[in-house]
Amino acid sequence: MQFVSQIGGSVMNSLAYVGSLASLGGRAAYYTFVGPFQGKPLRLQRAVSQAMDVGVRALPILSLITFFIGLILALQSAYELRRFGAMNYVATAVAISMSRELGPLITAIVVIGRSGSAFAAEIGTMKVTEEIDALETMAISPIRFLVTPKFLAMIVMLPCLTIWANAMGILGGSLFGVAQADFTFGRYIQASLDSLLLRDIMTGLVKSVMFGITITAVGCQEGLDTGAGAEQVGRSTTRAVVMSIFLVVLVDLVFTCLFFFVSGS
Amino acid sequence: MQISSRQLDKTIIFDVSGDIDLANSPAVRKALLKEVRDNRTPRVVMNLSKVRYIDSSGVASLVEGLKASRDVGSRFILFGLSTSAREVLQLSRLLKIFEVYDNEEQALAG
Amino acid sequence: MENTDSLEPEVMLSLRDVRVSYGEREILHGVSFDVKRGETLVILGGSGSGKSTLLRTLVGLEKASSGEIWIKGKNIAAIPDAEMDEIRKKIGMSFQGGALFGSMTVGENVALPLREHTKLEDSTIEIMLRLKLEQVGLAGFEYYMPSQLSGGMKKRAAVARALAMDPEILFFDEPSAGLDPIIAAGIDQLILELKQAFRMTIIVVTHELASAYLIADRMVLIDKGYVVAIGTTAEMRASTQPRVRQFLDRVPEPEVAREMDYLQMLTQDRRL
Repeated sequence: MQFVSQIGGSVMNSLAYVGSLASLGGRAAYYTFVGPFQGKPLRLQRAVSQAMDVGVRALPILSLITFFIGLILALQSAYELRRFGAMNYVATAVAISMSRELGPLITAIVVIGRSGSAFAAEIGTMKVTEEIDALETMAISPIRFLVTPKFLAMIVMLPCLTIWANAMGILGGSLFGVAQADFTFGRYIQASLDSLLLRDIMTGLVKSVMFGITITAVGCQEGLDTGAGAEQVGRSTTRAVVMSIFLVVLVDLVFTCLFFFVSGS
Repeated sequence: MQISSRQLDKTIIFDVSGDIDLANSPAVRKALLKEVRDNRTPRVVMNLSKVRYIDSSGVASLVEGLKASRDVGSRFILFGLSTSAREVLQLSRLLKIFEVYDNEEQALAG
Repeated sequence: MENTDSLEPEVMLSLRDVRVSYGEREILHGVSFDVKRGETLVILGGSGSGKSTLLRTLVGLEKASSGEIWIKGKNIAAIPDAEMDEIRKKIGMSFQGGALFGSMTVGENVALPLREHTKLEDSTIEIMLRLKLEQVGLAGFEYYMPSQLSGGMKKRAAVARALAMDPEILFFDEPSAGLDPIIAAGIDQLILELKQAFRMTIIVVTHELASAYLIADRMVLIDKGYVVAIGTTAEMRASTQPRVRQFLDRVPEPEVAREMDYLQMLTQDRRL
């Protein structure tokens, strides 16, 4: 009996957590779409500098990681394809798995590590030093002031990063293609582009937008939930990373199922 | 708050009444700067005898008027300060920076 | 039945049987007192007395679970957020550690409420923030980052920010906490100056007796969530009430009061 009530309890907690994320996202959406018409302007400048942080500064490390992932994908698929003498499908395999799945996912994970944790740390520190309270006593909504620019930055930058990640993955694959599978560089790229449908890229981008919303919501929520004391900031940051990775994979699963059944019918 | 102006020879007098606060100090500022910068009136006089309260945005607007008038070489004069307005200026160490008179006669004669 | 008409005009802030709880635990058990316009009220109490919770409730950071808090004719315990925001624009709060925004300069910190809530020109706001910094003795520190300021200067900057909107009530949370005695005395002096200069209503939460004696017109002593005593500084000094004397004379808390409770505390069953 106790077991059942424990399961019930943790289900309720999880639902409450997802509910708090949804409410945060909803309030940010309010300040994005409704607020500006009620004299509560968006902080676009702040959103742009956040976007620089989330996006542009992530490019070097993201490029490197996705280049390697592309190379690994090519090696792994070649291992199977070689047996069927179908080495010329390496480009297709890499292009499709990058743009439908690994591009968005790896991008999300890099962004969680760089920015999701930073959001939690920034807001958590502001919570501990009473800066969040100070905003409220000045009648400035912390959601509008801090959270909304982060949502905007993420929603714009994550798809951009994802496209970049796809390209770098294909580039990584081409290294193997050229060295081991009798492709010329031009033919490898051409084969990759031929194999990609717009739909493959779009499903990846839709996912990446959802990932961006998830990462921002978790990072900010964990920051806002930070208790008193500096060591709590560390806890929030860790929780933000773990929860974000988990939820991103969950969201990925849901959308992959959705795309599978929609395109299957 | 109400603001109106009178032209006397080469002097313009602004009669302000009511409180000068966050809501209406931009109007005071606008009227002042227009007179000083655009019309280059040599002497701008503020009649504050009907002003009970002046907040820091009002003080800042007066400072802007003073700065603008110094820039174009005209005079900027205050008169009729209430005790509280005088104290606000005193606190901000501005009383000595402004040209302040007790009443209109002195302001115009000065 | 209690409404604005029953308040005398000079009352700025009025509490009626205010109770505040965190979850199951009630922190304040019915607090009532009035604050008059222009007076400096010091809320005294030891740690865990509920004085900080009381302050947080007065500025709307905590919701009272019951009771009424009247500020400017509105019961802030029962008004929607939008109306509370209007009241917040008329109050200033100086936090214990300053709570300056680390990513902004001192000047930007002070200008923030003005930029957010008014349509003043930037040039006007700039003059205002310099006036405010001048008033707290920080003229010329406009372009410093908060991290470059000492503890006392941070508090002064925080006061300048709290003053930005020309508040009617100014709240201080532990103004002398974390400062050495000389710097702390400087902050007390600043509070006295503000009080004399702007005739502002000032509410200070502190456990520092020396500071309280210096700045207070009246004091409220809070202990374990109850108001133990309220009165002018002279009345408090003359009080013969044991709890007041204990606090003012700095008598340490007596050891565990009753042996039976102690025994029970040690041996009671673990709660699941």
